[in-house]
Amino acid sequence: MTSLHPDQVTAERLTGGRRAEPIGPGLGSDGTLNEDPAIRSPLVLSDRSLHDVTEIVCGYAENAPGRWWLPMFAFTATVATVGVLMITYLIITGVGVWGLNNQVGWAWDITNFVFWIGIGHAGTLISAILCLFKQKWRTAVNRSAEAMTIFAVICAGIFPGIHVGRIWFIWFVFPIPNYNYIWPNFRSPLLWDVFAVSTYATVSLLFWYMGMIPDFATLRDRADRRLRAGSGAAKICIRCPITGIRLLKAPFSADRARAFLYGLFAVGWNGSSRHWHRYEVAYLILAGISTPLVLSVHSIVSFDFATSVLPGWHTTIFPPYFVAGAIFGGFAMVLLLLIPARELFANMKDLLTLRHLENMAKILLVTGTMVGFAYSMEFFIAWYGGNQYELYAFKNRATGPYWWAYWTMISCNVISPQLFWFRRLRTDPRSIWVVALLVTIGMWFERFVIIVTSLHRAFLPGEWQMFFPTPVDILTFVGSCGIFLTLFLLFLRFLPVFPMAEIKAIMPQGDPHGTGHGHDPTIGHGGDFTGGH
Amino acid sequence: MPVSDYLPFIRPPKARFVTERGEPVWGVMAQFDDTAGAFHAAEKMRDAGFRRWDLHAPFPIHGIEGAMGFKRTILPFLVLGGTFTGVATAVGMQWWISAIDYPLVVQGKPFGAWEPFTMIIFELGVLFSAFASLFIMLALNGLPRWNHPLMRKDRFLAVTDDKFFVVVQANDPSFNPEQTSRFLRDIGASAVELVEDA
Repeated sequence: MTSLHPDQVTAERLTGGRRAEPIGPGLGSDGTLNEDPAIRSPLVLSDRSLHDVTEIVCGYAENAPGRWWLPMFAFTATVATVGVLMITYLIITGVGVWGLNNQVGWAWDITNFVFWIGIGHAGTLISAILCLFKQKWRTAVNRSAEAMTIFAVICAGIFPGIHVGRIWFIWFVFPIPNYNYIWPNFRSPLLWDVFAVSTYATVSLLFWYMGMIPDFATLRDRADRRLRAGSGAAKICIRCPITGIRLLKAPFSADRARAFLYGLFAVGWNGSSRHWHRYEVAYLILAGISTPLVLSVHSIVSFDFATSVLPGWHTTIFPPYFVAGAIFGGFAMVLLLLIPARELFANMKDLLTLRHLENMAKILLVTGTMVGFAYSMEFFIAWYGGNQYELYAFKNRATGPYWWAYWTMISCNVISPQLFWFRRLRTDPRSIWVVALLVTIGMWFERFVIIVTSLHRAFLPGEWQMFFPTPVDILTFVGSCGIFLTLFLLFLRFLPVFPMAEIKAIMPQGDPHGTGHGHDPTIGHGGDFTGGH
Repeated sequence: MPVSDYLPFIRPPKARFVTERGEPVWGVMAQFDDTAGAFHAAEKMRDAGFRRWDLHAPFPIHGIEGAMGFKRTILPFLVLGGTFTGVATAVGMQWWISAIDYPLVVQGKPFGAWEPFTMIIFELGVLFSAFASLFIMLALNGLPRWNHPLMRKDRFLAVTDDKFFVVVQANDPSFNPEQTSRFLRDIGASAVELVEDA
């Protein structure tokens, strides 16, 4: 076994030569969980050809979705509408409709902001950092994680905007010349945050779009091919899902619309190798600059707190602690969304294997433990620093009136990922999903604990107040979840959910030297590499 | 790519070859069905000394730069220009606003202190680099371009699925419709087709 090249073993397994190989005992495995380091787990299962990958991924965007899609979309869109109504109510009435008071001036609004922006970090992490480290398994999840990033940043962007109270003055945060001759204060971390978050949103969007250009071209060419063959001529017709009455008939066919819209965004991509070369260099540059960007953005978000003098916020551990927490929460959300999607979409399990899920479960375990270390280190420094206010702030977190929030956070974020030490639990999609759900809840509570417990007990007991959310607070947050899920469902329905071109490039059929003769220098067998770098 | 493709008022160069129906010949395309075949065909095209030719593929093939024999792109240096523009914008904007136009006393710090400016310098540097990498990449590729002589070919639509096409343009010095087609068949093409100009 060890005399064989890993790619050769993989190729043999893919072509059926080793399909019957025994795998770990008692595991309901798809064959990707082999622990033998000489065997590289295949990234695409079921002996798929290049054309199969096109068919599977384009099928999600071209065929009618399963019966679950429309009811689910109707539900999330309703929830999103409630959120929009709550925001409208807030704007026309004032921030008094929230539970904020003199002492706790930031509560659910900023909690939600940090929660969503944290989730938004996994996409760029998967795309950029895993790309730089040449982790090929990223192709299974990077597109949907990037999409999730964009939608999470949209949700995050709502909250700082509406919490300013008079949203029609929100342009004050940008350095725009104005008749008052005033400018923003560049020494404020809140202004850094404006630049960091808007840069992050823009760069993530560019990264996502650039990755999709070749896949848009695939969808365009398929629609074009059907049109030329005369099979795509049926006009779009929207019927009522219950009564079947025709509601709308468009003057063009679905394939005509696809050829136009996908074609528009594909900007005429035709797969030229000279284009691919520049494309790969540009993609690598974007990955290279996004990696420090993703680390900087959550560091700057943490500066909003860390540069203040409030006990519980004024700590140097905040930037790395926030970044680890963001990666943790983001991966949890990726798993939360993709595990059900994997069950609901045909053949998605061939592209998103148990191995991929296990890898992400391991990342949850690592980052969850890092976050747990940060929690304990905060306590240690509060004691070791000898500042009585700081020590009180932390004692109050664990035993004060918000003790339940603190212990929810600890049990969800620190204790629940420890289940992944057990192989059986980190390879079972059901247990991974449950832990991902707990982590998502725990990460929301982490931000709530940081923000509200530090604000509700200031230096003087006369300033002490409690925060209680109003129904508007709660429904605005629930509504933001609706906006997020609605956008994600639209993504699953209309866009290429997997990076087809990248998947084809890592398949054995995509190897220019034939299968079984790997040339990948990243696996320690660089000696036989004869390509023209 | 000739300028006349983009600017309709510039007269295109006269075609060297025309079809029987009088359409100018744009080039020849040859289909290959697997990655290894396309890769080795590219090596043979390079060795045969063709200049204006390309290999179209559904995904980036590893090591194709060497097989086709083209140089590494200058894109990174151009992107660096974008980075410097972003950094200069951030430095100029923050310094002019904070130290010249609107000096604001914050904690008694010097108006032009550079330390608080570092965050936005970094962010704008990244932002401008990202725009530069996407748009300069597209510009160097001659995109966006929503029509192309190759796209009129039904067979070519499989290039974004699982087929590979070696394409030789008619303005290559050693291009000849019959000889080039024969050469492409000899190096393993499964189908060869003449491409007319749009």
